[in-house]
Amino acid sequence: MNFDKEFDASGLSCPLPILKTKKALADMTSGQVLRLVATDCGAVKDMQAFADQTGNPLLSSTEEGGKYIFFMKKK
Amino acid sequence: MTTKKMAIIATKGTLDMAYPPFILASTAAALGYEVQVFFTFYGLQLLRKDLSSVMISPLANPAMPMPVPMPVMVQMLPGMESMATMMMKQKLKKHGVASLQELRDLCLEADVKFIACQMTVDLFEFDKSEFIDQCEYGGAAMFLGFAGDTDICLFI
Repeated sequence: MNFDKEFDASGLSCPLPILKTKKALADMTSGQVLRLVATDCGAVKDMQAFADQTGNPLLSSTEEGGKYIFFMKKK
Repeated sequence: MTTKKMAIIATKGTLDMAYPPFILASTAAALGYEVQVFFTFYGLQLLRKDLSSVMISPLANPAMPMPVPMPVMVQMLPGMESMATMMMKQKLKKHGVASLQELRDLCLEADVKFIACQMTVDLFEFDKSEFIDQCEYGGAAMFLGFAGDTDICLFI
């Protein structure tokens, strides 16, 4: 999937992946896609909750070799 | 959509009990909540410019996981508190958990409002210059003015 910005939150625990995602989205424009990588398994549910509550659609959430990859579109 | 609001009363000043208010406040702010945290009694320690005095003690804390079982008589020896604090900080770092300082900075950056209890400041004769500049001083009525209109209100 194409993306405009990438952030690697590997090694970071709750709530940092969410807080860093919020920051990363801040300087993006509407419609742009952020790719986020995390190793905290709690991030899977947290990212979905973040998407649901902020209205930024979570385009995909997958796991690859112990890493969790998210694509989020800025609303 | 109206902005959701959350209010937290932070009453504890130990390392372990400092995390929940800062984690919830920063996360709620990231989710778009308007957040206020009212620091009272020992919670005021969390507003100090220097957070290095925020510690954790295994004493009277039987739920704290220890690398080796430690009798209470040993836990009370001088230096045990510093050692437990150092070990906990190392553990937090190893697991990628943010430091208190970092979480507090993220709260401030996200416009979380910190209110220091004026009564407690007077009671303990604290010097306001030891606290961060970004906090306001107020009392119960001021806090309730905000808390009465929130979606979530927590006492920690």
